[in-house]
Amino acid sequence: MNQHHTSSSTGGAGASLDSADRYAAGVLKYAQMGYWDPDYEPKETDILALFRITPQVGVDPEEAAAAVAGESSTATWTVVWTDRLTAADTYRAKAYRVEPVPGSQDQHFAWIAYDLDLFEPGSIANLTASIIGNVFGFKPLKALRLEDMRFPAAFVKTFDGPPTGIVVERERLDKYGRPLLGATTKPKLGLSGRNYGRVVYEALRGGLDFTKDDENINSQPFMHWRDRFLFCMEAVNRASAATGEVKGHYLNVTAATMEDMYERAEFARDLGSVIVMIDLVIGYTAIQSMSKWARRNDMILHLHRAGHGTYTRQKTHGVSFRVISKWMRLAGVDHIHAGTVVGKLEGDPDMVQGYYDVLREPHNDENLRRGIYFEQDWAGLRKVMPVASGGIHAGQMHQLLTYLGEDVVLQFGGGTIGHPMGISAGATANRVALEAMILARNEGRDIWEEGPQILADAARDCSPLKAALDTWGEITFDYTSTDTPDFVPTATPA
Amino acid sequence: MRITQGTFSFLPDLTDDQIRAQIEYSLAQGWALSVEYTDDPHPRNTYWEMFGMPMFDLRDAAGVMAEIASARATFPDHYIKVNAFDSTHGVESLRLSFIVNRPEREPGFALVREEAAGRSIRYTVRSYAVDRPEGERYG
Repeated sequence: MNQHHTSSSTGGAGASLDSADRYAAGVLKYAQMGYWDPDYEPKETDILALFRITPQVGVDPEEAAAAVAGESSTATWTVVWTDRLTAADTYRAKAYRVEPVPGSQDQHFAWIAYDLDLFEPGSIANLTASIIGNVFGFKPLKALRLEDMRFPAAFVKTFDGPPTGIVVERERLDKYGRPLLGATTKPKLGLSGRNYGRVVYEALRGGLDFTKDDENINSQPFMHWRDRFLFCMEAVNRASAATGEVKGHYLNVTAATMEDMYERAEFARDLGSVIVMIDLVIGYTAIQSMSKWARRNDMILHLHRAGHGTYTRQKTHGVSFRVISKWMRLAGVDHIHAGTVVGKLEGDPDMVQGYYDVLREPHNDENLRRGIYFEQDWAGLRKVMPVASGGIHAGQMHQLLTYLGEDVVLQFGGGTIGHPMGISAGATANRVALEAMILARNEGRDIWEEGPQILADAARDCSPLKAALDTWGEITFDYTSTDTPDFVPTATPA
Repeated sequence: MRITQGTFSFLPDLTDDQIRAQIEYSLAQGWALSVEYTDDPHPRNTYWEMFGMPMFDLRDAAGVMAEIASARATFPDHYIKVNAFDSTHGVESLRLSFIVNRPEREPGFALVREEAAGRSIRYTVRSYAVDRPEGERYG
């Protein structure tokens, strides 16, 4: 980074220059190059981004914001005359607002507007190559975090979105009025195909709607993928015949190449599976490819967010999960793991509810408490079913329903498979707890206050639920979240 | 066996008071109630017979309860369910669906396997009840 950028003698962010001075060879502050424009009024068709910037000492926030705008759009470190061969004023992203983060000494929020023509239609890869490309390694910033984005309807309409969506998924499964129930097969590694299918069968027969491969189950020495698929589909169909319900197992088709993934997905389809699964680590382009495949093949597409914690968790640097949620709704997945609030993994209640809003609502209003900084119209794009997984159990049913609502998959892995009376009993306990809680809520009871009593009453008719409550009733994961709202005191779940 | 389709099949059969409470909840949400019946409860039998039209203009739970009573009197040995339909833009689908009548004896389903290439199997879920003609399957 050149010294001129950080130690200019002119005060403030830099005044605008006339054309001759602006394009003279050499180095200017980004603000002087036109990337800071406090008078700019964002257009309806602009893509907007909110960054949390932590400038190096001596770099003023407006210049840092201008630098982010520049490096995520047209700028390079020095003036280039070839800008004048373009409509540079249009293509330059504009930082138009900078505010200190409440309660912070050195962090600022920076709002940046991008003209729609900077982006290829329907490509998350192209979008992210700009917005989180070079700019995140930029030296004048100590840290940088992408907090939120607003996409104009014109851009949203260039994406197919979820191949199935919440409404159609429910219609295909014939399951309404309650969260869906799932479980991840455990232990996640080491079971043979035959033993793995046993877990699937027991859990589905006992009352779950779905079982799930874990993110790192692909094709290992202890269980090759074809064996897993064949045994799991035997289990799924047996359970369907035993209950009269549509059942599914998320067959993870994540593999080394697209060709391998297509081969696995096609085999799953040919065996009659209703759903396949991919991991976030396969990358945005692969996710969009699998989304289009799922749409062509009437398949529900489940996304496990493996790897996201490396860049979503810390508040000062990375990408907020609400932005990942928006990208994945555009890219087109039907399920995405989005937090539990009460379970074993990171998740402040307000932040998690904000992710759920982004995934499920037709329209988001600004909601600072939930970390939603922009109004967003989803322009008819289908809704993504959030998945709550990790350290949740039947005894938390009233809390889960209160925080997460009805359109969610609740995944009780340990809470099903670890049940003292067996896997099938564990599944039954979860299903009875859920149905009893929905029934009570619809009857107008206050489930937040009466939840434990509602569960205890339901357990009188259901010994597996009683055993589950006796085993896990007191288990909570009460740690302070790292990613919390900036605009209200942090609440912690009871 | 007990078919566990519908929102509340894992609970003991709902009493009429419990059913009425669910209908009142649905009406309060602005949803339209309908009653459907079948003697072919295959998991992918989407189109149960409609017991009359969806009651879009009926806002009184007593009216829905009367329809349920009438359906039960006409088809005592069929599966009968109550659906709540939400016409909100972006939903336009069911929001609640639960069974309010089932045959005394539920024979369940066979899983028919057709061994195919490799170790693949083509599965068919077949209700034991559909071996008999429509209308004579239960009771």
